[in-house]
Amino acid sequence: MLVVDDDLALAEMLGIVLRSEGFEPTFCSDGSLALQAFRTARPDIVLLDLMLPGVDGIDICRMIRAESGTPIVMLTARNDTVDVVVGLESGADDYIVKPFKPKELVARLRARMRRTDEPAAELLTICDLSIDVAGHSVKRGDELLSLTPLEFDLLVCLARKPWQVFSREALLQDVWGYRHAADTRLVNVHVQRLRAKIEHDPEKPEIVLTIRGVGYKAGPP
Amino acid sequence: MTWIRALGRRLRSWWRGSLLVRVTSTTLVLSLLVVGVLGLMLMSRIATGLIEAAERNAVSEARAGLTDAQRVSSAVEAGTASSSPARVVDTLVAALAARAGNPPQYEVLLLSGPDTEGFAPERGTNLVATASIPLDLRQNISDAGRLAWTFTEIRYLDGASVPGIAVGAPLTVPGIGSYELYYLFPLTDQVGTLDLVRSGVVAVGALLAILLALIAWIVTRQVVTPVRIAAEVAERFSHGHLTERIAVRGEDDLARLATSFNEMAGSLELQIHQLEDLSRVQQRFVADVSHELRTPLTTIRMAADLLFENRSDFDAATSRSAELLQTQLDRFESLLTDLLEISRYDAGAAVLDLDSVNLFGLIDRLVLATAPLAERCQTPLIVEYDPSLDNPMDLDATVLADPRRLDRVLRNLLDNAIEHGERQPILITIGASTHAVAITVRDHGVGLSEESRQHVFARFWRADPARARTTGGTGLGLAIALEDTRLHGGWLEVWGAPGQGANFRLTLPRDPENALTASPLPLVPEDTQRLAASSDSVGIR
Repeated sequence: MLVVDDDLALAEMLGIVLRSEGFEPTFCSDGSLALQAFRTARPDIVLLDLMLPGVDGIDICRMIRAESGTPIVMLTARNDTVDVVVGLESGADDYIVKPFKPKELVARLRARMRRTDEPAAELLTICDLSIDVAGHSVKRGDELLSLTPLEFDLLVCLARKPWQVFSREALLQDVWGYRHAADTRLVNVHVQRLRAKIEHDPEKPEIVLTIRGVGYKAGPP
Repeated sequence: MTWIRALGRRLRSWWRGSLLVRVTSTTLVLSLLVVGVLGLMLMSRIATGLIEAAERNAVSEARAGLTDAQRVSSAVEAGTASSSPARVVDTLVAALAARAGNPPQYEVLLLSGPDTEGFAPERGTNLVATASIPLDLRQNISDAGRLAWTFTEIRYLDGASVPGIAVGAPLTVPGIGSYELYYLFPLTDQVGTLDLVRSGVVAVGALLAILLALIAWIVTRQVVTPVRIAAEVAERFSHGHLTERIAVRGEDDLARLATSFNEMAGSLELQIHQLEDLSRVQQRFVADVSHELRTPLTTIRMAADLLFENRSDFDAATSRSAELLQTQLDRFESLLTDLLEISRYDAGAAVLDLDSVNLFGLIDRLVLATAPLAERCQTPLIVEYDPSLDNPMDLDATVLADPRRLDRVLRNLLDNAIEHGERQPILITIGASTHAVAITVRDHGVGLSEESRQHVFARFWRADPARARTTGGTGLGLAIALEDTRLHGGWLEVWGAPGQGANFRLTLPRDPENALTASPLPLVPEDTQRLAASSDSVGIR
């Protein structure tokens, strides 16, 4: 995994904790070198501090997302809507607010990396999309849609039970792996990102429908 | 009748609303009054002058006529003694009528005196009627025996009548007896003149009044227009257009008004900008402090956690130190979080992130999350719906709110209730009306004194400083809850009495855009309503 953080003490401490949990972190303390480090290290997950000297964490997030669906968890010092939402919109899958407990961080990272069990071959259809769960691909006709693992999980979760309305809390539990209720903005932002990729008109969604006051559900299969 | 009233209202509001209308109409009314009084005075002066002249003329004409009449009657007597009285009278009247000219300036009437009444012939010129002479005048002449005059209405036998002056004098006609000779002077010319003058005065007066009103309108407009412009600019300014200024023209008082207004606006704009800058600096500072403090705190936190995890390997003192470090870090963290939140409110940087929230779900999750703490404090939590509802399923408890803030408000209320609840059950009630939703959190603990109620929302305030904090609250929880509620346009109120526990009521409008008018739930709990005076509740809205 790749840790991008400019604070050396924090980076070292993160290293101690992550190694003791069985991760093999590589570090990058300079935002302008982060993309380079990402390309050489090819990590399975990125832990990214939003406030970095040189390049903004948001920009790094965007650049990584542009070339890879690798899960990104961002570290932020502020819980303000603007910071969090901007971070999520730039492509982060999850965020964790400083200061956090080591266990919390590890749980969050594990949740984003848990795809060890090979899923059974399963083919889902939702509107005009066909989803190959084992092959991790979504197709509209012959066109392959590129989704990040998180967006894919979100779509599969909805598509498996098209008759069910999922509350944001339920989605946080199923897709993000939160045991307790957490920030529902995560769901809102990622539903928007997902819609932008799969809907014909994201303003008038047909695949991921909003049920006002309750949550989301998949459109007819 | 309603339209008359409506018109009256419109006129009144017009009158009140416009200085221009008020000044112009006042000027019009006052100048009409002045012109009217002046016109009346002028008219009466002219009338008096005209009448006096006519009167003098009448009396002197009558005297001359009387002398003539006496001469004529003596001449008739001297000439033919055998002439009949009718002839004598005819001759006399004809002679007098001849003096009147053509057309006659006056009428002549010869009436028999009181002692010759009945047999002496009476004559008049031009069909003039005897009724023209008022009885008073006749009485006066017969009593005094000399010339007298009065105003009268000259009547003709054909029914016509004109105002005029009647001058009369006794006349003795030799051979017949005593007569009364009357001269009747019609005032037709004078009346005509007066009519002419009157219509002239009315026309000129009306014109003058209208001109004065017009002048007042023009003059007032010169004053009112700049004042109106100033008012409009001030209004736009107060709506936030801080760059609005009045164009200054000339060097008069209005120009000075505009100049000082502009100066005031300028200094206000400057101060507002300074305040905005300060607020921005403050926000920036809060953000920086937030980041700068949190990063090392994260490192400390992780290190402490590592030590805490391995405390069994240390000796007793070091192990306990690791524990203390851990718990106090928790406290430090929540304090930092709350302080930053409060400073965000103070900087006016807090914004609502609105979403449709179902209170049932929110409370369920909250109770679940608070359960460990409640268990530790052995405090049962009970959730119920508005007891005044027949069917709780009807309750629509959705509200447009910021879920994070709403969650924090209720969490603070619950923590507070658990801390002060003395292990008695805590009752959470959900209520709703068309425009508002409410949640009350009722504990049966030590309760609140009058003084406590006043301070319960104050920062870092403690009901009993000697009391240990059991739940590790920061002392900012209720202050933040109050700010969060205010941001939603809601009410957060408290009722409490010593020994009877406390009841916190949160009321939120379903849409933060709408103002609250009433809460669906009572603030004073029903089980204590009898004991509690209304003054026991403190509303912090």
